[in-house]
Amino acid sequence: MNHVWIRRRGVRVLLGATCLLLTALVVACNQEGRSTPAASADKQSRVASADAANPFAAASEDVQAEAATDEGASAKPAAADDTVEVTSCAGGKTVTVSKDLAGEELAHALMDQWKRDHPERSWVAEEKRKHAFQPPADNSYLLEGDQGKGHVYGNYTARDLLTWARETEKLVAEGSRVFHDAKALGSTAGVSCDMCHPHASNTHPETYPKFQTQLGRVALLRDMIEWCVEHPVRGKQLDPDGPEMRALEAYIMAQRKGVEMNYGKH
Amino acid sequence: MATYKSVETKYMEQRQRLFRGLRNLDRRSFLKVSAAAMGAAAGMTAPCSFTPVTVAQEPAEGQEAGGGEAFRFAYISDSHLYDRDVNDRFVRGLLRAVDDVNNLDPQPDFVFYGGDLAQLGQATELELGAGILKNLKVPVRMMVGEHDWYLDMGEKWQSLFGRSTYSFDHKGVHFVVLNSVVEKDFWTHRGMTPMERMMTVAGLDNGLQSSFTVGDEQRKWLEQDLAKLPVDARVIVFSHSPLYKLYKPWNFWTDDAEQVQAILSRFDQVVVIHGHTHQLLTNRIDNIYFHGMLSTAWPWPYAPEGTPELTIEMSRPDPFNPHDGCGDGEVEVHPDGLVDMVYELWNRSPITVSAAYLASWGKQSVPSRPNRSSY
Repeated sequence: MNHVWIRRRGVRVLLGATCLLLTALVVACNQEGRSTPAASADKQSRVASADAANPFAAASEDVQAEAATDEGASAKPAAADDTVEVTSCAGGKTVTVSKDLAGEELAHALMDQWKRDHPERSWVAEEKRKHAFQPPADNSYLLEGDQGKGHVYGNYTARDLLTWARETEKLVAEGSRVFHDAKALGSTAGVSCDMCHPHASNTHPETYPKFQTQLGRVALLRDMIEWCVEHPVRGKQLDPDGPEMRALEAYIMAQRKGVEMNYGKH
Repeated sequence: MATYKSVETKYMEQRQRLFRGLRNLDRRSFLKVSAAAMGAAAGMTAPCSFTPVTVAQEPAEGQEAGGGEAFRFAYISDSHLYDRDVNDRFVRGLLRAVDDVNNLDPQPDFVFYGGDLAQLGQATELELGAGILKNLKVPVRMMVGEHDWYLDMGEKWQSLFGRSTYSFDHKGVHFVVLNSVVEKDFWTHRGMTPMERMMTVAGLDNGLQSSFTVGDEQRKWLEQDLAKLPVDARVIVFSHSPLYKLYKPWNFWTDDAEQVQAILSRFDQVVVIHGHTHQLLTNRIDNIYFHGMLSTAWPWPYAPEGTPELTIEMSRPDPFNPHDGCGDGEVEVHPDGLVDMVYELWNRSPITVSAAYLASWGKQSVPSRPNRSSY
């Protein structure tokens, strides 16, 4: 559920980015047919590389293809002679750009505008700035030596490592966001987890499962999360496999990086 | 408050005064002490009494250094009130503390409130708190915390409680109250609304905010305020954040702590009592004795690093008990200006961190250790 939710967010971002890039292409191509087929191909490759730089672009290609079939944006001439107004498919905002802009410059201009319209696009970095969480493990050793030589499994590239780290961190960032947000937790009392557990301290996930004397049974970390959400936070129990629970567990575990697992510890 | 003192207590007090006198000797008083000591040696006074040496002490301009009056005040801190209909648990916490204090017999001389009365600095929260504190039988002295301040930059708080930096004298002790939660502007360039600014500061682990400071202006004021006092004056300073550097990511920290400590360094001893940390916290840096106050809302975990050696942590709070790890307390002020800090942890036995414990650098009068320490 959680990754679906996050992907949805990713998709929204991706759609926006793709639409604008397509817009750039459409506009560029519409402009007096200045571009030669070679230049157009060049543009396409540049767009593709720009897309690769977009952290969300790699998520799913079918979405990109789907977006390509839509009429992403419409261009109409603006009042002033030397500008053209472009309507974005992402939220229908308009951007006024110079008529002379074409190709990459135009794509950049539109992308910049889209970035300005979507300050939340860097929410992971923002969450990290706010609540400084632990980075995932460094797997760069996988790239050293000749591990996995001759096998498909174990043949990793730097890009693989980047994807793992980015995706893992994204789930942890989402956990951090929920952890620090009374509304996201469904609190009716204005209480969020960080009010007793700054940086998830004193949550000791490494000690579960353990016999929780107050409950009279063995508890998992998620049982304790549920207890806190119901009582001090005064919200409704979370779906145990729901996006909030998965994200919270991810964040709490991540914060105890390097601590020895010691189940049953009191 | 009239305190009964046993013969032993009186004897120990006299003895302490003698050693203080000896420590603080200048040449003139040295002669007096020697004379007194010689007198004692010559059998002019009872051999087991230190009485003669008390005359050796220089009376400090209207104050009896080391010979001041003992008294007691109570403290309540960090209630973090939301409106009653949002969160009644925090409201009940403060009500319970007010009840506790009102039930003290004999009554304390006054109550000190350690800051963070409100959770989000809203007028209704501060008014609610002020209304509850009015039920106290003895006068209240207020200190501001960051949760009271950063919605309207202290406007409402000051309209209810007056200035956030002030000093007063009580039974020969000079009390100073500081606003130690001054943060440099992190909100303007981010275009934050007042509520966004407040929410940022309200998050203990929110790294967008700046560090707490006392600031140039208040330090200058502090210097002037203390200038008239002799070195052996009894001084107690209140600050919301600890006036030392414990753990920066949670602002268990005052950025200009060293400069404030330098101002206090000329005194024989100074006591600093702070809020913000919501836990039993004890420290001593040379002549400065630090004590933290409990919260009535929730306990903070101990910071992952930086907890002072002299701190004996309180036992790990029980998450299933809504008020565990919370509480209020009393401060017993000794004639020499040092204090016994009494932590009235709700649902537990009270813990006293005594002056003797700190004065002996943790060798004597060790408070009870927890059987369940932090993870």
